Amino acid sequence: MNAQDIMFVILAVFIVCSAFATVISRSIVRAATYLLFVLLGTAGLYFLMGYTFLGSVQTMVYAGGVIVLYVFSILLTSGQQEELRTTNLKKTVAGLVIALVGFGVFASVLFMYGFAPIDFAASSFLASPDESVISMDTIGTHMLSTDKDGYLLPFEAVSVLLLACIVAGIVIARKR
Amino acid sequence: MISIDFILLVSTLMMFAGVYGFLTRKSTLAILLSIELMLNAANINFAVFNNLLFPQGHEGVFFAIFAIAIAAAESAIAIAIMINIYRQLHNISVDKLTKMKW
Repeated sequence: MNAQDIMFVILAVFIVCSAFATVISRSIVRAATYLLFVLLGTAGLYFLMGYTFLGSVQTMVYAGGVIVLYVFSILLTSGQQEELRTTNLKKTVAGLVIALVGFGVFASVLFMYGFAPIDFAASSFLASPDESVISMDTIGTHMLSTDKDGYLLPFEAVSVLLLACIVAGIVIARKR
Repeated sequence: MISIDFILLVSTLMMFAGVYGFLTRKSTLAILLSIELMLNAANINFAVFNNLLFPQGHEGVFFAIFAIAIAAAESAIAIAIMINIYRQLHNISVDKLTKMKW
């Protein structure tokens, strides 16, 4: 086992434990905090894969922006009844059964498909971070180009979406 | 040795933790937290397939970046709606929001 394998095992255990804690913790503020840990662990996975820009975006947008928004709205809306009320047993068992069956189907499909073993020496997973597959330069060029690999149209569509979002946020949440 | 199966297993566990939370939670904000878990699992899959199966392409990374932008916009609007509902009904629990039922 080299250092990257150890790092992956640590991140995987961290992510899975935090994901379970997010859905079973009683207090909703704690659930939001565990979700923050999940998102930071995911950013760690992106860094491990060499996608440093994606990891930074994940940290800034999710961990920095969305979680703060969630915590503020939880504090604004919950008031005294912050504790999540216990759900009835039938619903919990039904949700558990559905989730376990779905997980079984997905995992069996995953392992039966048998992904071809990857040539790790050639893959970027074990490459050092400075020879990562995609640099900031490449991302900027692709994002604003209209060539075959350009993403100008979705970029502009997302900017229009964000504008609509700003207007809708103000219209919906303002005081009347 | 890290294989693609292990990373996909982590994202599958995250996905179905989100499904369980979506089905059992009562508060709408907790349901939104579960949706964020599921979106995040999908993003991990995009990055992993791009990195380990097609290392010369960039499609997965760009799709993940756009998915993050859209998820942030979605949660902002959803939270605005929650705050508006709380102002009018003083409750955001799903079994109390029966005003729009016909």
